[in-house]
Amino acid sequence: MEKRVKFKGIWLPLLLVLPQILITAIFFFYPAGQAIWQSLFIPDPFGLSMQWVGLGNFEYLLSDRYYRASFITTAVFSILVTVVSMGVALYLAILADRLIKGSGTYRTLLIWPYAVAPAVAGVLWLFMFNTRVGVVTWYLGLLGYDWNHVLNEGEAMGLVVVASAWGRISYNFLFFLAGLQAIPRSVIEAAAIDGAHFWTRFRTIVFPLLSPTTFFLLVVNIIYAFFETFGVIHTITSGGPQQATTILVYKVYSDGFVGQDLGSSAAQSVILLVIVSLLTVIQFKYIERRVHY
Amino acid sequence: MATLTLNNVKKSFGKTDVIHGVSIDVEDGEFIVIVGPSGCGKSTLLRMVAGLETITDGEVQIGGRRVNEEEPMARDIAMVFQNYALYPHMSVFDNMAYGLKIAKVPRSEIEQRVAQAAKLLQLEPYLQRKPRELSGGQRQRVAMGRAIVRKPAVFLFDEPLSNLDAKLRVQMRLEIRALQRELGVTSLYVTHDQVEAMTMADRMIVMNGGVADQIGKPLEVYANPATEFVAGFIGSPPTNFITGDLLGRSSEIKLGVRPEHMRLAETGAMQARATYCEALGAETLVHLICEDGTQVTVRQDAAASFPEEGSLVGLEWDARHEMRFDASGRRC
Repeated sequence: MEKRVKFKGIWLPLLLVLPQILITAIFFFYPAGQAIWQSLFIPDPFGLSMQWVGLGNFEYLLSDRYYRASFITTAVFSILVTVVSMGVALYLAILADRLIKGSGTYRTLLIWPYAVAPAVAGVLWLFMFNTRVGVVTWYLGLLGYDWNHVLNEGEAMGLVVVASAWGRISYNFLFFLAGLQAIPRSVIEAAAIDGAHFWTRFRTIVFPLLSPTTFFLLVVNIIYAFFETFGVIHTITSGGPQQATTILVYKVYSDGFVGQDLGSSAAQSVILLVIVSLLTVIQFKYIERRVHY
Repeated sequence: MATLTLNNVKKSFGKTDVIHGVSIDVEDGEFIVIVGPSGCGKSTLLRMVAGLETITDGEVQIGGRRVNEEEPMARDIAMVFQNYALYPHMSVFDNMAYGLKIAKVPRSEIEQRVAQAAKLLQLEPYLQRKPRELSGGQRQRVAMGRAIVRKPAVFLFDEPLSNLDAKLRVQMRLEIRALQRELGVTSLYVTHDQVEAMTMADRMIVMNGGVADQIGKPLEVYANPATEFVAGFIGSPPTNFITGDLLGRSSEIKLGVRPEHMRLAETGAMQARATYCEALGAETLVHLICEDGTQVTVRQDAAASFPEEGSLVGLEWDARHEMRFDASGRRC
């Protein structure tokens, strides 16, 4: 049973929740309010004066070819990161689940990349694929492939996707492994006796029983790809070449702080805010009542 | 339907031997119960027949065909697990139809076979439910149904009743036995409950520490146990064991006398102090303690008078009911 504490006055509980409220107010509500306010103006580059434009920033953005292209870039990027990181993680989790000896070692090793900050991961991959000194670039050159993500849009996208997915595999791996180990062994054995070979068992028994985990990871990974991959993109491609890897979050930064168009940047933040809210609603709606067997 | 033969089957995990060579010829349609305490290797033996554990040495034959190297699915068996192992995301119908669907049996035949099994097991109203919406007894039936629809050569049961409450256990025991008789499928049934073994088995294998101590018909095993372990394990309350020196005989020899074969008497072969009497209605169990601390139980008719607790009474029995065991626990 849930145990509820009853307070007599209003002051003590207020005091207890105050730190959380203050932090939320200062670091979330205030900047969010600022963003909404600023999105209605065009300030001059030095921030000395502002001109009221109403929804002009939004109108301009939504008719902007580059901004709409950024939406598609973000969608492609998010889907690729999610599919790659979840696919690889599931594969590794299945292998680790079958291990009897040494599974602890494998697990620890596979969890390590999670501790690497995105920006550091970006630099790591950048060095490997550097067009002049990168190890991988050199070997690819030996094989006759001329790797140049600075010029080639597809290669640039591939590289940021791999670098972003890499750190994420650890996290997904942990959840998938826990999910796999929660499936009773006898259910798998019963399916084996019923005549199902490995792949059939995976398709008809394991994957359906894993679906709550998969759905949770799907949402979490999409949100990750949307917002937390800034460091990777900034270090590897800075959104290039030709905006090929400029996802929405990166565009907020580059338009605002590189292009000095603070009004547009603020408007983009507001649009992102709406997208986050939608994703959060979806997440709560479905994850809260995810399937219980 | 088929015969099942175990020929000196052995199992080791690394250097630890868990099954030391079990052999039995099971006839077509026979119901064999493997009984023993936990850790005796009975489940491992069953899982080896199922193909879920490798066979270290020896041979398993189903229908005269060696199956050691066969995958579980190729052995033509069906298994009922202790926790039922139903597929939680599938309806009762899909649970039962799963094996048939994989075997690519035509849809109409699947429906007909599942309907038949559901009727037999009184599961018809529940076919569209998920396992979590069923009671323990119903889940047990679904597990049985899943085994039946595949029409296997051999049924394997791994302690199928141990998750049920006592009353349901007695009922399901009868149902499983009736069902097996009706279908006539050769069955191997693992349990730690000697009552289940006694009541269900055509023949039983009493396992102890990876060894089949005795294989035989329940009443034969009961009347004539091969080892001290079997005498103590089969029968409730268990056989009374008395060391020879209490009776002025060799201390190497241990005597076993079933509670129902012991009588209270004025004088007798030995004396013991009554500690507690359990009146069960139809019969009374008199618990006594011998001078060396050995506990014995006497089962007597409820009408017979029983001694006051703490009083010293004599014990006697007929020599023909005496079972003698040597130091290694074998009959002598």
